[in-house]
Amino acid sequence: MITLQTADLVRILPEIVLSIFGILVMVLEPFVAAAQKKLLGWMALLGVLAAATATVRTSFEPGLAFGGTIAADEFSIYFIYLFLLTAGLVILGSIDYLERNHAQHGEFYALVLLGTVGMCFMAASTDLIMIFLGLEISSISTYILAGFRRADRLSNEAALKYFLLGSFATAFFLYGIAFVYGLTGTTNLLGLSARLMEPSQWTTFARVALVLMFVGLAFKLSTVPFQVWTPDVYQGAPAPVTAFLSVGPKAAAFAVLLRLFLGGFASAGTVSFWILWISAALTMCLGNLAALWQTNVKRLLAYSSIAHAGYILVGVAAGGSRGISAVLFYLVAYALMNVGAFIMVAHLSGTGERLVQIEDYTGLAFERPGVAACLAVFFLSLAGFPTTAGFLGKFYVFRAAIHSHLIGLTVLALLNSVVSVYYYLRIVVAMYMREGKTEAATVELPWPVRTALAVSVLGIFYLGLAPKLPLGLSTLAALPLPK
Amino acid sequence: MVPLSHYLALSVILFVLGAAGFILRRNVISVFMCIELMLNAVNVAFMAFSRFLGTLDGQLFVFFVIVVAAAEAAVGLAIIIAVYRNRESLNIEDLDSMKM
Repeated sequence: MITLQTADLVRILPEIVLSIFGILVMVLEPFVAAAQKKLLGWMALLGVLAAATATVRTSFEPGLAFGGTIAADEFSIYFIYLFLLTAGLVILGSIDYLERNHAQHGEFYALVLLGTVGMCFMAASTDLIMIFLGLEISSISTYILAGFRRADRLSNEAALKYFLLGSFATAFFLYGIAFVYGLTGTTNLLGLSARLMEPSQWTTFARVALVLMFVGLAFKLSTVPFQVWTPDVYQGAPAPVTAFLSVGPKAAAFAVLLRLFLGGFASAGTVSFWILWISAALTMCLGNLAALWQTNVKRLLAYSSIAHAGYILVGVAAGGSRGISAVLFYLVAYALMNVGAFIMVAHLSGTGERLVQIEDYTGLAFERPGVAACLAVFFLSLAGFPTTAGFLGKFYVFRAAIHSHLIGLTVLALLNSVVSVYYYLRIVVAMYMREGKTEAATVELPWPVRTALAVSVLGIFYLGLAPKLPLGLSTLAALPLPK
Repeated sequence: MVPLSHYLALSVILFVLGAAGFILRRNVISVFMCIELMLNAVNVAFMAFSRFLGTLDGQLFVFFVIVVAAAEAAVGLAIIIAVYRNRESLNIEDLDSMKM
């Protein structure tokens, strides 16, 4: 008999706080006058800060909760902070965006908070069924968010594509869980690794289960060949939502991947290694090559995010505490630069997101040097220039890969980073080296947006120049996973 | 007693039918129904395993899956209605505003 204990509740305190604030925002929404809806955004932000405080309390009470289905360990707490950071930046960037696009509804903030709850559960769960529930909570919230501009054709289309392919992927993941359950009689990750100790236990049946689960996760990670939805969804969804989509669910799926492939399925050895190797190689190459031809900035960033998923997979394939901590470091760097870039695009694109072509940024640096410099930092960090977070993220991942003797994959990743510099620089060149009058220069950036951008830029330089503390934290967070 | 393999064969057939329908069907509602079919294939597998393992966990999971599928259907149909209002079409081929 499992009884509910206070310690159990403390271990999911961040999720509880976020849920309460999410529900509160929904409940209060009809009572707030249309002109005051901004307040709901601030309330959601307060919820994120409250959850961050609650996480401190959780970290004092590490351990398993609810009969071993939730783990409050360094790994999950690291991810919870990452998700809260993302949610906070996205909310700061959305308040004025929604105002300008006449879509200021409280549900937006509630869905961001509830989606974050799902991601936190994905990272914290040690049971496949809880992971599945977390996946669905985050997915269903983000399906709605993708279609939040209801009257917009592109937003509709993005929501439908995301929904159909997302549910399709979920079915695969779930079928994998069913097979694992049939094979081992348990869905608990600890129980799984105990029953699948010997490589001889990896029969065809077990391998099929592994592949099915990987396919389900690969859709969320947008790795090749399961990336087809990514460009369309990222382009069609409202830009702040894209910021959220491109980081949150992806990082959560990486958390699950790490827990599964290096935890529960650790004994699968070569099978999982080659799955990771091949998908990392394909994802990097295709993401970067396709990005070269893009003229739409949101689409370009979508392909860039596919390529980044490839680099992160290199770290997962490398494994070991070095690989895991590199992946964790990279995810924070990726979150800062990607959210920053998308929030900037959201605001430069004007009402109705009309200005999203690279030409729309021509000559931006002459009229708005600060804005252009900020955007340049995001793109240079994505490209991996030294002194930025993107550079050190790549450096640690590649170093871990070399330590694990993945020479071929590392060479491929390095070549890919070189290719990627071309398309990131295209935007920087358009802003700085071409004359032109751009409508984007007239856009005002209110102070919440400036705050979000400043946090991202400072974060990028902090991670890039003084990585000691963040790297120490990511090494600490890698500890709970078996080596 | 019907052996486990029969149930699993049924489950695999349902799942493959659903996946094939997802790829081949052109109407959005049909595509969505194919996803539901896949989820039900999962349910059959869970039930069969639960029965033959002699544990109740699998039956419990089926309830989780049903609840999640219902939530997904609510959101999915709402999205489909929003799309239909904007385009007056539910054909997958018409969803091509964002081709390169």
